[in-house]
Amino acid sequence: MAPKYITVSQLTYALKRVIEDNVSLEGVWVQGEISNFTRHSSGHLYFTLKDEGACVKCVMFKSQAWTLKFRPADGQAVDIQGRLGIYEKSGQYQLYVDIMEPAGLGQLYQAFEKLKTKLEQEGLFDQARKQQLPPLPQQIALITSPTGAAIQDMIKILHRRRPNLDILIFPAKVQGADAPQSLIKALNEAARFRNLDLVIIGRGGGSLEELWAFNDEGLARAISDFPKPIISAVGHETDFTIADFVADLRAPTPSAAAELAVPDESALKRNLANLQKRLANTVQQKIQSYRRDLQRLKSSRVLVAPEQGLNIRRQELDMLRERAVRQLRQDLYAKREQYYKILGKLDALSPLATLSRGYSITQKADGTFVKNSDLVENGEMVKVTLAMGVLSCEVKDKYKGSQLK
Amino acid sequence: MTKPIEGKPSERNYEEAVARLEEIVGQLEAGNLALDASLSLFEEGIGLAKYCSEKLDAAEGRLQILLGFNGDVPTIGPFKLNPEED
Repeated sequence: MAPKYITVSQLTYALKRVIEDNVSLEGVWVQGEISNFTRHSSGHLYFTLKDEGACVKCVMFKSQAWTLKFRPADGQAVDIQGRLGIYEKSGQYQLYVDIMEPAGLGQLYQAFEKLKTKLEQEGLFDQARKQQLPPLPQQIALITSPTGAAIQDMIKILHRRRPNLDILIFPAKVQGADAPQSLIKALNEAARFRNLDLVIIGRGGGSLEELWAFNDEGLARAISDFPKPIISAVGHETDFTIADFVADLRAPTPSAAAELAVPDESALKRNLANLQKRLANTVQQKIQSYRRDLQRLKSSRVLVAPEQGLNIRRQELDMLRERAVRQLRQDLYAKREQYYKILGKLDALSPLATLSRGYSITQKADGTFVKNSDLVENGEMVKVTLAMGVLSCEVKDKYKGSQLK
Repeated sequence: MTKPIEGKPSERNYEEAVARLEEIVGQLEAGNLALDASLSLFEEGIGLAKYCSEKLDAAEGRLQILLGFNGDVPTIGPFKLNPEED
């Protein structure tokens, strides 16, 4: 049999087909440790993935590399999904990386999803279970690491928004294998403080493994059972943990939790002062308006000058009186006229008028008019009244008849 | 002016108290109430304002850390903000 020759390129191509078309390698994850890591100026990543027995060259192009959620480094264990290929020019097979994650993350995700589904089915995430946050907490608990930046941020923000707030810190480990137990213990301790209004449980940002304590089932149940409202604040805005789902409120970050936990006290005070001012104004205005009404009524004529009414009556009375007086005067005058008339008549009839014509009246001492000489005796004293003056006379003689001769 | 104030302030939380206060101020500002009614509302409003003010000032602004439990008795100490972080 004649030997069959193929070119290097043909050989390489054939191998390429064998490797690249191998269905059993499709979608497989490769686990190993990074070494000889280089980030090329083009943005592509080159490194070797190795374990105790073997190694494989890897390349992650810029188009995939920018999606990485961590910074790969030598010595780091990673899980990689990609496709195997051959770089013809160097005759090397290598792994073209599509996805790279810190090792074990995939399993963590699976565990996370499983626990999430389980607790969700139990109803631990139900909105009905969530407690309302107190509108104005007096005492708040922070369950977190006492040494991290997160606690400093939270205290500063809480203090700025509500200087009067009482803050009680329950120190806990927030990462590592014993972190869940430490967090649960802190929760149990906090539950013994009856005056607490609210709890913030959380930590600052970190890798997924560092945040993993907050995906613990025991911790989730402790949060769910906690008698007071809880805000979870784990990592950054993009990090979601089981604690976030069971908490009464999820804050995207510890700082945000502090903002959500307490209202801005100065704003509340301004609002309250404004309300108090308006309250006082309304009643003052009301009273002033009533006072004005009252003043207006009081200044009305009938109340201010009741004498005016009297005056009218007084005037009427005066007029009546005047009329009466006038009437009386007229009457008097008429009477007087009449009197004078009668007087005139009397005068005409008066004996005095007769006397003025030269007649005289003779009366006895007892006043009897002497009309007949028989009525007197000689020597008797009689009174003779003349028109002017009176005579006292003695009767000397008496004569019968009417003629004096 | 002895008309009972509906809902004692102590039975409300801050938010409800402020909401009621807003309501009262609104009613008073509308101004079509009898003097007696306004004054009893005013009285209630003053009570609510006092309550809210007290609520705002109730806490003491303490910053403390739990050091541990001695049986049932918690040991609490002051907590200092890290000065370098300030």
